[in-house]
Amino acid sequence: MIEFTPRKIQSSFWAILSPIISIGMTIFIGSLIFKMLSYPVMESLYQVFVSPFSRPDRIADIFVKACPLIIIGLGLIFCFKANIWNIGAEGQFILGTLCAGSFALLFPETKTYMLLFSMFIIGFIGGAIWASIPAILKVRLNVNEILVSLMLVYVAMLFIDFIVRGPLRDPMSFGFPLSKVYPDGAIISKVDFPFIGFLGQFHYGIFIILILCPLIWLFINKTLPGFQIKIFGSSTRASEFAGFNKNKITFYVLLVSGGLSGVAGVIEVSANMGRLQPEVSFGYGFTAIIVAFLGRLNPYGVVIAGIIIATAKLGADNAQMVLGIPKVVTGIFEGMLLFFLLAGETIQKYKISIRKDN
Amino acid sequence: MYKNFLKIITFLSILVSPFLLTSAYAKTKVGFVYLTTPGDHGWTYAHELGKQMVKKEFGNDVEISIVENVPEGPDATRVIRELAKQGNQIIFTTSFGYMEPTLKVAKEFPNVKFEHMTGYKRTKNVATGNIRFYEGRYVQGVVAGLMTKTNKIGYIGAYPISEVIMGINAFAQGLRSVNKKATISVIWANTWYDPVKEADAAKVHIAEGADILAQHTDSPAMLQIAEKNGALGFGQSTDMGAFAPKAQLFASVNNWGPYYIKKIKQLKDGKWNTGDGPDHWAGNTWGGLSTNMLTLSNFSNMPTDVAKKAQAAHDGIKSGKLKIFAGPLKTNDGKEIIGAGKTLDDGALWGMNYYLEGVTGKVPK
Repeated sequence: MIEFTPRKIQSSFWAILSPIISIGMTIFIGSLIFKMLSYPVMESLYQVFVSPFSRPDRIADIFVKACPLIIIGLGLIFCFKANIWNIGAEGQFILGTLCAGSFALLFPETKTYMLLFSMFIIGFIGGAIWASIPAILKVRLNVNEILVSLMLVYVAMLFIDFIVRGPLRDPMSFGFPLSKVYPDGAIISKVDFPFIGFLGQFHYGIFIILILCPLIWLFINKTLPGFQIKIFGSSTRASEFAGFNKNKITFYVLLVSGGLSGVAGVIEVSANMGRLQPEVSFGYGFTAIIVAFLGRLNPYGVVIAGIIIATAKLGADNAQMVLGIPKVVTGIFEGMLLFFLLAGETIQKYKISIRKDN
Repeated sequence: MYKNFLKIITFLSILVSPFLLTSAYAKTKVGFVYLTTPGDHGWTYAHELGKQMVKKEFGNDVEISIVENVPEGPDATRVIRELAKQGNQIIFTTSFGYMEPTLKVAKEFPNVKFEHMTGYKRTKNVATGNIRFYEGRYVQGVVAGLMTKTNKIGYIGAYPISEVIMGINAFAQGLRSVNKKATISVIWANTWYDPVKEADAAKVHIAEGADILAQHTDSPAMLQIAEKNGALGFGQSTDMGAFAPKAQLFASVNNWGPYYIKKIKQLKDGKWNTGDGPDHWAGNTWGGLSTNMLTLSNFSNMPTDVAKKAQAAHDGIKSGKLKIFAGPLKTNDGKEIIGAGKTLDDGALWGMNYYLEGVTGKVPK
């Protein structure tokens, strides 16, 4: 029987060192795998880990890829801190996108950015409504929020599929399931850097992270509701004794998390696709769960974690382009990195001993 | 003085030599973007086989980069741009959903050539390619009409778009050329690839009495169900005989190789163009049996006289003698499309939103 005993004192030295060791282990075992498959080791490692940073536009693209992951991850912090398991961010992302997109398509030819502004609000509400279903069921009937939120993902996927094939289908799309293109006022444009011009797909939506991240940090760490969420998550009974309203906390963390997922969807689609299609999310909502945990439920950590995951994805693409390494191989890297990071964190927080059962 | 001169000459020639060398051994850099991992069957695998033909044809004269598993969203734009930045001179983007990303990147790289399958938007440096899949389906219809005992054909459609509908209608034309009693019923899977849904649809068809199955979806699931239940069917995109040795009659095989090779040759000779074909959905390259972009795998699980008739239909289409959509054509609710002596043109095929005689039911709106 393996036993995990929480360590009383957590060494800050190891807290810093453990992720470094994890990355080192990933690189080490990864090189063995490359060697085994007879790919050039140094070149492979370069493509996977360094090449995404090798050009300004590549770095910009890391942020593009990380943007939805980070925004959803920031929302998930609320839920996971409160021990509410929202697994359905993917569905909330889709519904937020769908609501905001349908709204934008009601006003063709609109050029004013007021439209975009309203889309953010509608996207937030759309995501929040979708998250409110598990929230209400949890609060009223004590239904497990993991199952409800997860299953609503599939409902959302089918729903957007239906809308894009039916009511919102562009008559000029030759029967293909695509909506009309968004009006100009609903498009988030790419950033035209002075002297440099466009960098990859880097768009203005990414800047919202700069606002959200410190705001959420302040909220969680410096306000009473933030404090309530933390206490509620670590000990429900203690929070009840303190007179915190359990239902209210459950309800609001799900709403905020769903709403932020919806906003992430609005940004992603307005910046990159400019129209609705059956697939607007490519597993962002699920990957963001990993991002939230990898970032240790800290807003700044989530930003870093989002960047790490995005880098791994971009590195995988580059490795395939340049060296023909299949994505399954580079996928192992991602898996190993997560495994070692989480293992490192576990060892650092818990003392592990093997005890014989009697 | 003379010494210095020699030095300068040597220095210059060293400096210039790499350029001379590279121009002498000019490699053409070719990029491919795949929707999924190629695997061993279906759409992307067919492209992978095409890529291998390119490799074989040009050997060391081409340098090929591929990226697989690229979702049809922002990732596609980034990957295509990256391929262009890395100096690929021609980039094949092999799925419909790459249309907008391809156009977006093409605007930024006017000197790079793009070939998009199977979209309908073109610009100065974006050409499109597609296959006349429906030609193979006509031959399938002929074989189905001769082989069916129950006179019920089960057809699994992907999405009710003109591409798929023209395939169903071509199948119906083939079927009715040999058997006026047989009918086709269609189940829409609403997916290009989902083995579970495809298998379910096949089961429903068989339960309703169909003994021949056809598909416009991508997995071998339908054939596997047919194999288990003693029914017969046709493979899609690549030869699927290995999955259902006793059930596959033949498969329509997408043969992208000749198209790739043609376009790369054009590029090497400085003659690449987007063609001057009619400006409709079909694209600049819309090849079928006659250009070998569509081939049929070996006829199996059928008597020789059926195989002979299938071969005859194949040869007829290939030589252009057999017109699949020749009048008189009537929809399955009795409306006349064209009279005798006329033939539908390519543009009309892309406007198909009706079933011809022989198909039951209505096209979903």
